[in-house]
Amino acid sequence: MKSLKLIGLALGASLALSTAALAQDITIAVAGPMTGGESAFGRQMKNGAEQAVKDLNAAGGVIGKKLALDVEDDACDPKQARSVAEKIASAKIPFVAGHYCSSSSIPASEAYADGNVLQITPASTNPLFTERKLWNVARVCGRDDQQGLVAAAYIAKFYKGKNVAILNDKTTYGKGLADETKKALNKIGFTEKMFESYNKGDKDFTAIVSRMKRDNIDLVYVGGYHQESGLIVRQMRDQGLQTVLMAGDALADKEFASITGPAGEGTLFTFGPDPRNKPTAKAIVEKFKANNIDPEGYTLYTYAAMQVWSQAVAKAGTTDPKKVMEAIKAGSWDTVIGKMEFDAKGDIKQIDYVVYKWDAKGGYIEINPKGS
Amino acid sequence: MDYFAQQLINGIVLGSIYGLIAIGYTMVYGIVGMINFAHGDIFMIGGFIALISFLILVSIGLTVVPVILLIVLLVSMAITALYGWTVERIAYRPLRHSFRLAPMLSAIGMSFVLTNYSQIAQGARVKPVPPIITGGYTLHEGSEGFVVRLSNVQIIVVITTVVLLAIFTWLVSRTRLGRDMRACEQDQTMAALLGVDVDRTISMTFVIGAALAAVAGMMYLLYYGLVDFFMGFVAGIKAFTAAVLGGIGSLPGAMLGGLLIGLIETLWSAYFSVEYKDVAAFSILIVVLIFLPTGLLGRPEVEKV
Repeated sequence: MKSLKLIGLALGASLALSTAALAQDITIAVAGPMTGGESAFGRQMKNGAEQAVKDLNAAGGVIGKKLALDVEDDACDPKQARSVAEKIASAKIPFVAGHYCSSSSIPASEAYADGNVLQITPASTNPLFTERKLWNVARVCGRDDQQGLVAAAYIAKFYKGKNVAILNDKTTYGKGLADETKKALNKIGFTEKMFESYNKGDKDFTAIVSRMKRDNIDLVYVGGYHQESGLIVRQMRDQGLQTVLMAGDALADKEFASITGPAGEGTLFTFGPDPRNKPTAKAIVEKFKANNIDPEGYTLYTYAAMQVWSQAVAKAGTTDPKKVMEAIKAGSWDTVIGKMEFDAKGDIKQIDYVVYKWDAKGGYIEINPKGS
Repeated sequence: MDYFAQQLINGIVLGSIYGLIAIGYTMVYGIVGMINFAHGDIFMIGGFIALISFLILVSIGLTVVPVILLIVLLVSMAITALYGWTVERIAYRPLRHSFRLAPMLSAIGMSFVLTNYSQIAQGARVKPVPPIITGGYTLHEGSEGFVVRLSNVQIIVVITTVVLLAIFTWLVSRTRLGRDMRACEQDQTMAALLGVDVDRTISMTFVIGAALAAVAGMMYLLYYGLVDFFMGFVAGIKAFTAAVLGGIGSLPGAMLGGLLIGLIETLWSAYFSVEYKDVAAFSILIVVLIFLPTGLLGRPEVEKV
């Protein structure tokens, strides 16, 4: 009995010690899909966050303290995202940059709100994320209703009188994006010929590809992630179908091209103006390149989320999430992807989606800089 | 009509892959009366080994596609068969005379072990390969411009399935090993008394099942162009369903079940909605089991005395 108590004491003491050691630092977290089908994007977020923490610490930390980074994996699974969020909240971490999948960010945000954690998502574009009047959420990316508008405008302009199919993967992000695009298209008097859904994780799309072939579909808009989009493109080309695939920001990773091979040429997607090309990003892009990392997709968005938070903390003089959030919404922040201001909901005020096209070499370029 | 033909092709190819995996379930069930839940993961391992051997061959500069395919096929069959043998040896054989549920629980455990093993060894990311076999044939050009296409990959998948199926059917019905297997299936004790090496026969069953799963894994890699550590689960469930639908324990039943599941999924997606294809496949399974409790080609189990 006595020895048991002793062990208990020793364990308690060791816990106290480790928290005491950490009290020097402020631990912040990045959460996203580090494993599973979307892990390419989890890696982008991790790269961005690690570089940001390194740079912030090199510049003297935040309000005189060094930052430590906690990387959490939600595997793009809502249940796992929720438990990750509870873990972060119970560790009293004041700030999390995450998650990637909207279906993870949304349930997690409620746990963060209860646990007093400020959440800035670098990548979740579903409108619902900021529409629920939660005090603790903000995002540094655009929204699917804006993204849908840009996609719809492009389709209406270049595919007038042609047949368009809309597919979605039934996830919060995919279904939301497909619905927004459909709404925007229908509003301008454009009716799609086919509206279907599939399961995220499906591998066989041959049946749906044959259907598109029968209906002479010229363009298929996919509300879904890059793995399924890549497989759809590949199976379309296998069946001799030259239909163009268009999707959202989930296609902004080189892994898409490695799934499709050369068949991916001509595939379209909407995304913010390439953050790597912004003048504000030049120095930081160089730093990433020196480490052999291409800061594509949401890497720099994650970096920017960290910058917004750290600047707001410096201004508020505290890491208290509620005060920091007030500061974020009141101020204007210089980030790697340009100046940012937030509205009362936590969305950024300046957003401009543009259309990109994949080329034969496995890269993508902006095709209409005006975002027509 | 053209549209139907195209969907038929799609369904047969998908069904062939399911069928190849289903054979592993049905053979093991036939001989030891257990469901080998780790079989889906053996299929996944087969896919990974095919990928790794393919990458090695390409990196040493081999470019002749038929040679590459043949080597990849043999290597992945051999190594995956070794996995199948090992799994039986360490997880099932020690439990053979234990209570009925024990090997099944051990199989579920083995499935987790294999999934996590490949996640750790190969990483959690999807592993894509660029298209290896491209091109195809236009079978028929319809009046409304609908073109029925058969791609080379589809031809290879179906031909490989048919050839291997023929070989293994011959093996089971005509060879000494096949006779031993059928003997063990009927009565293990009696077979042992008559000089059949029961342990070895059961091991061989697992080896054959794993080798066919490896073929399915390689076909999957060729056809869809990617593998991941989690793919064994869904494919395993579908193939298991196929085995039950065809009548578990029956070799032609497994193939028939695989083809049917593939066709039902594809045709349902083609004429109704993609969304409910799994519902359709499983509903038909339920209906079949209500009227034919032993599946389409299964024999009613005779209580052993």
